[in-house]
Amino acid sequence: MSAVEHNHEEEDHGHHKETFITKYIFSQDHKMISKQYLITGLFMGIIGIAMSLMFRLQLAWPEKSFGIFESLLGKWAPDGVMDPNVYLALVTIHGTIMVFFVLTAGLSGTFSNLLIPLQIGARDMASGLLNMISFWLFFLSSVIMIASLFVEAGPAAAGWTIYPPLSALPQAQPGSGMGMTLWLISMAIFVASSLLGSLNYIVTVINLRVKGMTMSRLPLTIWAFFVTAIIGVVSFPVLLSAALLLIMDRSFGTSFFLSDIFIQGEVLHYQGGSPVLYEHLFWFLGHPEVYIVLLPALGITSEIIATNSRKPIFGYRAMVVSIIAIAFLSTIVWGHHMFISGMNPFLGSVFTFTTLLIAIPSAVKAFNYITTLWKGNLQLNPAMLFSIGLVSTFISGGLTGIILGDSTLDINVHDTYFVVAHFHLVMGISALYGLFAGVYHWFPKMFGRMMNKNMGYVHFWVTAVCAYGVFFPMHFIGMAGLPRRYYTNTAFPYFDDIADINVVITIFALIAGAAQLVFLYNFIHSIFYGKKAEQNPWRSNTMEWTAPVEHMHGNWPGAIPEVHRWAYDYSKPGQEEDFVSQIVPLKEGEEELQH
Amino acid sequence: MTAILTLMVLVLIAISLWQVAKIFEMSQTSKNNSQVANDSDNDTQGKLMFAFLAFLYILTLYSFWAWGDVLLPAAASEHGGEYDSLMWISFALIFFVQTITQALLHYFSFKYRGEPGKRAMFYADNNRLEAYWTIIPAITLAGLILSGLYTWNDIMTVEENEEALVVELYAQQFNWKARYSGQDGVLGDANVRFLQDFDGKNVIGIDATDPNGLDDVVTQELHLPVGREVIFKMRSQDVLHSAYMPHFRAQMNCVPGMITEFAFTPITTTDDMRLDPDVVAKVKKINKIRAENSKQLVADGDEALEPYIFDYILLCNKICGTSHYNMQMKIIVETPEAYEAWMIQQQTFAQVIQ
Ligand code: HEM
Ligand SMILES: [Cu+2]
Ligand SMILES: [Cu+2]
Repeated sequence: MSAVEHNHEEEDHGHHKETFITKYIFSQDHKMISKQYLITGLFMGIIGIAMSLMFRLQLAWPEKSFGIFESLLGKWAPDGVMDPNVYLALVTIHGTIMVFFVLTAGLSGTFSNLLIPLQIGARDMASGLLNMISFWLFFLSSVIMIASLFVEAGPAAAGWTIYPPLSALPQAQPGSGMGMTLWLISMAIFVASSLLGSLNYIVTVINLRVKGMTMSRLPLTIWAFFVTAIIGVVSFPVLLSAALLLIMDRSFGTSFFLSDIFIQGEVLHYQGGSPVLYEHLFWFLGHPEVYIVLLPALGITSEIIATNSRKPIFGYRAMVVSIIAIAFLSTIVWGHHMFISGMNPFLGSVFTFTTLLIAIPSAVKAFNYITTLWKGNLQLNPAMLFSIGLVSTFISGGLTGIILGDSTLDINVHDTYFVVAHFHLVMGISALYGLFAGVYHWFPKMFGRMMNKNMGYVHFWVTAVCAYGVFFPMHFIGMAGLPRRYYTNTAFPYFDDIADINVVITIFALIAGAAQLVFLYNFIHSIFYGKKAEQNPWRSNTMEWTAPVEHMHGNWPGAIPEVHRWAYDYSKPGQEEDFVSQIVPLKEGEEELQH
Repeated sequence: MTAILTLMVLVLIAISLWQVAKIFEMSQTSKNNSQVANDSDNDTQGKLMFAFLAFLYILTLYSFWAWGDVLLPAAASEHGGEYDSLMWISFALIFFVQTITQALLHYFSFKYRGEPGKRAMFYADNNRLEAYWTIIPAITLAGLILSGLYTWNDIMTVEENEEALVVELYAQQFNWKARYSGQDGVLGDANVRFLQDFDGKNVIGIDATDPNGLDDVVTQELHLPVGREVIFKMRSQDVLHSAYMPHFRAQMNCVPGMITEFAFTPITTTDDMRLDPDVVAKVKKINKIRAENSKQLVADGDEALEPYIFDYILLCNKICGTSHYNMQMKIIVETPEAYEAWMIQQQTFAQVIQ
């Protein structure tokens, strides 16, 4: 009865006049907001990747003149030769954009928004208004970050970790003036956006599940988004406080992070602060951030691998426990970024221990994915390929974490290209694959059309080969002792023998960049001209596929279907089809799997 | 009779033609239109997955073959050997796990690719299996951690002692200086406040009222006697820097406002290292590359590059601004006699500020 009433209300809702502005711009509908996140995220991604290609050109052919630099960088590339400060700025903004704007907001923002209401059977997020505000704050912070590129002295250039004093003192580097101020403002707004979003996700998952959708029947995607939101709420505020303290040091003369400094011929007044404190605060977010980026990608992959293997995800419960364990442990491992920061070596031992602990749930997840494939009937759609690709890069990148997490071994590879290789594989590429997989898989849900699969295949294979082509050789130059964030290696004849490796890497990077154009074309073209999607194209069990293809306010016409089983009844014996939607009641005598 | 048979055959042929046409039509639509993977996609993509495994292995082997020589340069410190063996053990383990898991992942993707009429196995759980792959990594990692921590304590426990040489590494945008403690073996107090004393001759801010500082020696090159423990005290005057000495498996951040420490014992002199076969090969390779590059430079009317001679290096490894990429210092490890002879030529702080 109540469901019917609810429905009635919804219909009334529909009578409200929807203008272009409320439908497409200041929309409170989670499906529209998810598209807004995706498109903003992809736009930022294009900028971030273009930047990486520019500094890769510089690394392969140092101090060579490129017409493209002259036209894009203008006065920062006199005669087409990139300036060292610009190199650092590009690296910094590339890192910031990729980690926060593409893989936090773009990935989690898109799919949490799209899938949380649809997969738990809710009509929308708990608060549509907060959700809308969250997106617009994100948009604002993106605009500020982009605006910072046009500041006279250039954008922030202290690395995405912006360690003070470099980031605190305008005298230390051109990028630490106005550019850094904008960076900090942009990130503060970003944190606010992320907090509003996360709170909304958490409340929605707790309160708005449809009848029958118990926690143990939640699809792993939702578990991942839910736990990610919790990590975000716990750790992002700490970044905010670090940013605020840094702003105070910069503008109001406090000494939280600064002490005993002489720069540009001048002794500064700062006394008693410590940059190491900043490092603690930053990495208290910074490490969980890795999982904020990665867990949603793993959740997406879990769903896609199960669906396309036509098999239940192997070890559902272990997967949930791993997600929770990773979330918990991720807040107590931050010190592995600081083994040689000057902190007490005993702390180093503690953080080595917790870090290697977190490897265990990660390993469990990888093994469970592999076992899910075993004896499956794999439908190798582009989304599935990217998911398998994710497992591959997650393993390759995760394994080198054993070296970096070991305080002893970290001494010699810390801050070298070995680290760059490690984190790009384990979080950058893996999460990017998760994003692509999600887009290919839920495109029909988002836009009512299908993406072209052959272009998807080309996109995947070129990207997969190039991703390893770029990042695998970086392990070698890192082990050779080459530091990261170096404008060029030519200052050390000692590194002359790795110049050719840098050329190889850059060539792979350029091809990888080109492959993304295939994706972009496919994405835009399919929005308008793709084949019209069926309701459940991948023959999937989760609830979003029971909603009509045409988007409607409130997601389902009439009552929301009740849930009767978990999301993974694929190829269940005794069932005719190889999938059974969550909304199908148990047959007589059928047992629900105890999981 | 014959007529009936002929008729039946004709009808059957007609039916099968009709069927083939229908299948063709269906496959046509599914080929051109449905954007969901069909049987032939599954077949092709599954095979490509297997090929990708081959690609991974070839990439790995090729990289080791072509670039293996740049990995971990020969260690020149006492703890370097210990470090290296831990590294190679971890590497072997990683290599092993990587080879197997990637093989399983890609082989399964190929072997179980979708086929018409196949049905997946409903296999949702196996506690025993999952216990195995929780416990085995746990034990392996525990082993690694323990041996790692043992070495970590060994390296990081810096004990002041009579024998050791105490050297301060002083970082500033964008160069390094070294300070030796002189006859008394004690570094004088120092602070950035003193940097402007003596018309800037007090380049690292030694407190002139502290008697311990007067015999201190500040240099631009880092000379170390072989076989004697060196305790480094690191300081920075402006932003974070990191003193990275890859040949000695040593690195420590330099933090304004505090003094950080690292210690090691160099075991190979620069001269001996230059004779090491790996180093000889490396220098030869580099000089070949430099000769190549010089040709181009000379053709453009520039000067040729100087030939490269091996030296230990100290690099800055924490982003510190414009010339971060070129913040370096030469390290010379030499016999104690040579070291003493060099030291005698240096000016003490007292002499500098006179
Ligand atoms: C075409 C793809 C990409 C290429 C070629 C690339 C290349 C690079 C390189 C060479 C560096 C190190 C530069 C240096 O230290 O001097 C770097 C830094 C970084 N990249 Fe990427 N990258 C790519 C994609 C990504 C993605 C997907 C992420 C997402 C996590 C990412 C995140 C970062 C971060 C966080 C840094 C560190 C920035 C810093 O040092 O402040 N990159 N990238
Ligand atoms: Cu971390
Ligand atoms: Cu430096």
